[in-house]
Amino acid sequence: MSREKTDFWVGLFVLLGAAALVFLALRAGNLSTFSFAPTYSLTADFDNIGGLKARAPVKSAGVVVGRVNKITFDDHSFKAVVALDMEEGYQFPKDTSASILTSGLLGEQYIGLTAGGDEQNFADGGKIRYTQSAVVLENLISQFLYNTAQNQGSSSEKPSAPASTPPSN
Amino acid sequence: MSGLIQAISALGHWVRDSISGIGGFTRFVSSLVARSGIALSRPRLVSQQVHFIGNYSLLIIVVSGLFVGFVLGLQGYYTLNRYGSEEALGLLVALSLVRELGPVVTALLFAGRAGTSLTAEIGLMKAGEQLAAMEVMAVDPMRRVLVPRLWGGIIAMPVLAAVFSMVGILGGWVVGVLLIGVDAGAFWSQMQNGVDVWNDVANGVLKSVVFGVTVTLVALYEGWFARATPEGVARATTRTVVVGSLAVLGLDFLLTALMFGN
Repeated sequence: MSREKTDFWVGLFVLLGAAALVFLALRAGNLSTFSFAPTYSLTADFDNIGGLKARAPVKSAGVVVGRVNKITFDDHSFKAVVALDMEEGYQFPKDTSASILTSGLLGEQYIGLTAGGDEQNFADGGKIRYTQSAVVLENLISQFLYNTAQNQGSSSEKPSAPASTPPSN
Repeated sequence: MSGLIQAISALGHWVRDSISGIGGFTRFVSSLVARSGIALSRPRLVSQQVHFIGNYSLLIIVVSGLFVGFVLGLQGYYTLNRYGSEEALGLLVALSLVRELGPVVTALLFAGRAGTSLTAEIGLMKAGEQLAAMEVMAVDPMRRVLVPRLWGGIIAMPVLAAVFSMVGILGGWVVGVLLIGVDAGAFWSQMQNGVDVWNDVANGVLKSVVFGVTVTLVALYEGWFARATPEGVARATTRTVVVGSLAVLGLDFLLTALMFGN
C-alpha cells in the first residue's frame, strides 16, 4: 500500500475516534446541557437534603435556571448548605423559596424555586431564607401511622362516632 | 531435613525471580521511553503502526460492540421491565458501556487481535535474527521496531474503545427503541441526565489509555524476550494474551475503585 493511502486510512481512523468521542459527549453525555453563560451564586440552608447531588438542576416552573454547585455541612447550625449557580439571565425576588423535589416517583432530586413578591432581587452571593427540606419516605410513613393511630384512639373514646369509621379492636 | 531446605530455597528462588522480573520489565519500559523521540522525528513509522494495529482491528471491534449493545439492550429491558422502568434502558446501556465494558472488552479484544500479532512479529524477527542484523547495521532495533509499535498501540486503543462504546450504544438503541419499542425520547434523555462527561466519559477514555499502554507493553516485552525458537514464540504469544488480559482486569478493578469509589 502506498504511503498516501496509509496516511488516508490512519487519518480516517483517528477521525472516526474523534467522532465517537463527540457522540459520547453530546448524545450520550451531558455536555450539551452545560451552559457557559455567566452565573451568579446563591446559597440555601436545608434541614435535610435527602439524595440531592452536586450538578443537580435548579428549576423554576419546570425550567432549568441553574445548577447545584456544591453541598457542604455547617457544624454550627447543623444544616446542609447548598451553593447554587444561577444563570445570570434569570433574576429572583429576595423572598423566593426553595424546596427539594423529586422528578417522578423514583427520579432524581432537584431544587424547585418559587418566586415571591419582593421588589428587590437577589444579589450575587445572596441567601435563600425560605427553604423546605426533602421529603424522607420513612418520616412520611411514620407520620401517617401516627395520625392513623391518633384518629383511631380518638374515635374509640367517643361513643357517638360516625358509622363510617372502622371499629377499633 | 533436605526437603525443608529445598522448599525454602524454592521460595527464595521464586522471590528472586519475581523481583528480577519486575526489574527487567521496568528497565525495558524505561529504555523504551528514553528512545521515544523517534515517534516525533519519524511520525510515519508510528502512523504505519496505527494503521496496522488500529485500522485492522476496527472490524472485530465494531462487530463485538454492536452485539454487546444488542445483548445489553435485551437483557437490560428484561430486568428493567419487571420494575416498570424500561425508560432507564438508555442509561443502563450507556453507563455500562462508557464506564466498564467499552474499555475492558476493547482491551481484551485488543490483546487478542493486536497484542498477539505484535508479540509474534517481534519474536519471529528475533528468531530470524533480523533484530541482530539491524544491530550489525548500527540500527537500534528497540528504537526502530519497538517504539513505533508502542506509540501506535497507545494511540489506537482509546480510538477503538470510543468506537466500541458508540457502536454499543447504537446497538442498544436498535434493540431497545427500534425492535422492542422503548420510547426514543426517554431513552436518550435519561441517558443524557445520567451520564456525566467528566465522571463517566472522560474516566472511560482514561481507562482505555491505561489499558492500551499496559497491553502494548506486555506484548512488546513478551516478544522482545521470547526464546528464539518456534516453541518460544508460541509460548510468548500465549503469555501475551494471558498476562495482558489479567493485567487489564486487575487494573480495571483498581481504576474503578479509584474513579467511581465514592
